[in-house]
Amino acid sequence: MEFQTVVFYLFGAIAVAAALGVILVRNPVHAALCLVLVFFSSAAIWLLLEAEFLAITLVLVYVGAVMVLFLFVVMMLDINVDRLREGFWSNLPLGLLVAAVLVVEMLLVLTGDVFRQASSPPALPTDASNTESIGRVLYTLYSYPFELAAMILLVAMVAAVSLTLRKRKDVRYLDPAEQVKVKAADRLRVISMPAEKE
Amino acid sequence: MMEATWQTLATWFGPTWPAVWVLLKIIALLIPLMLAVAYLTFAERKVIGYMQVRIGPNRVGPKGWLQPIADALKLLFKEVIFPTQANKGLYVIGPIMALTPALLAWVAIPFGENTWIANLNAGVLFVLAVTSLEVYGVIIAGWASNSKYPFLGAMRASAQMVSYEVAMGFGLISVLLVAGSLNFIDIVHSQAQGRFAEMGLGFLSWNWLPLLPLAVVYFISGVAETNRAPFDVVEGESEIVAGHMVEYSGMAFALFFLAEYANMILVSFLTSIFFFGGWLSPVGFLPDGLHWLLIKAAVFLFLFLWFRATFPRFRYDHIMRLGWKVFVPITLIWLFVVTVWLLSPLSIWR
Repeated sequence: MEFQTVVFYLFGAIAVAAALGVILVRNPVHAALCLVLVFFSSAAIWLLLEAEFLAITLVLVYVGAVMVLFLFVVMMLDINVDRLREGFWSNLPLGLLVAAVLVVEMLLVLTGDVFRQASSPPALPTDASNTESIGRVLYTLYSYPFELAAMILLVAMVAAVSLTLRKRKDVRYLDPAEQVKVKAADRLRVISMPAEKE
Repeated sequence: MMEATWQTLATWFGPTWPAVWVLLKIIALLIPLMLAVAYLTFAERKVIGYMQVRIGPNRVGPKGWLQPIADALKLLFKEVIFPTQANKGLYVIGPIMALTPALLAWVAIPFGENTWIANLNAGVLFVLAVTSLEVYGVIIAGWASNSKYPFLGAMRASAQMVSYEVAMGFGLISVLLVAGSLNFIDIVHSQAQGRFAEMGLGFLSWNWLPLLPLAVVYFISGVAETNRAPFDVVEGESEIVAGHMVEYSGMAFALFFLAEYANMILVSFLTSIFFFGGWLSPVGFLPDGLHWLLIKAAVFLFLFLWFRATFPRFRYDHIMRLGWKVFVPITLIWLFVVTVWLLSPLSIWR
């Protein structure tokens, strides 16, 4: 077996096992960490495809930022596993429906033209920059979809902030800019007075 | 002589030689790095000692020079205590996850024109991605300890490290713009050209001068990213004892320590490479070389220690304010300035 095949199956197996772990383990923190492992092994598989920009960005964005905040929330929650299980049977039909839709979608993608190529594309020269080619395509051919996606994300971000923004009136807040601007003369008065005798 | 030795070794190991060669390079990097970490702790205690008009450690060995060895031996022989309620598996993984990224990032760092372990064409991205994993060690350790102070430390760490990563990343965008590459060696090369470099005053064409605000933001964010004073609320001795490290003892604790100091050295090297010309010589009549990189990094390491001796700890909300409301806007404004500058006829880069 080729070295690349070995690496592919190794990381593929880790990804599948970790993905199963996400839905099977009881502890939500363990599940979140399993998800981190899934992202990580997917990034390794992308590296095999010589897509180093995507692989590194996956680690940088999803593992380095998104999952950290996710863990932050999951760790703070006191999740009762038994209470979560109560709705299992009533939610099952909906869950099965979503799963079926997902399976159909993935089948459509996987049986498409892109995945039917028998052999992997020819290896690129070592000095080819993946980042540069992605940038070139993204800002020319796909610039409208790209900017549309950026706008949608921005709107979602503003919406999330405005939904959770609550201004408390009674909180005592220090403004560092004002603190820095304070001069001694505003606060302190030096007066001269004659010395007093007993 | 050297060539012949490598040839003999290569025939000896046969097809496994590339792997052996990489391992040798890793060992050649790790041993000096670990020694540097050990003696950085010694330097820290000495420097802060002198700044506070004390002598610092001077008992073990001549002038105290064996102190770090004694510390390491003591930590090695101490028992690693597992709290009863701790999550055993994650409790062990915590310190490992702290140290691994701290060492892994060194793979992509170049030490000279031809001295590196891996010359990645997306090296900067790789280092950013790997350093963004550092926070996991703190979070996992804090959660797995199953006690309040470590958990508070972990919560503080996750918010702080993610915030300052944003400022660091934005600061680097301008560096990448002026260098036109994600490769460390190209970034250093881009600093070797310009009007001043031709006049023999190389240090004036390094990135620090045109990108001065970013250099300052980058280094301060680096201090915050490594959780060093004055941004060390993650440990915050006066409030939460030692944060995520409260329950750890012996070698498990030492791993956090190693990671922190390895990260300090890494940030110093990165600042030297991005903004201060890496291994380039500051003036034309002296040759370039590894020693310049080491000198520059040593200056930044001294700044780390100096900060710790000088500044009181930030309050938590002020750390967040500094990161999001001061540093991120500065980097964005300077990104705009650099872009306009780069496209204008006054551009000094291309």
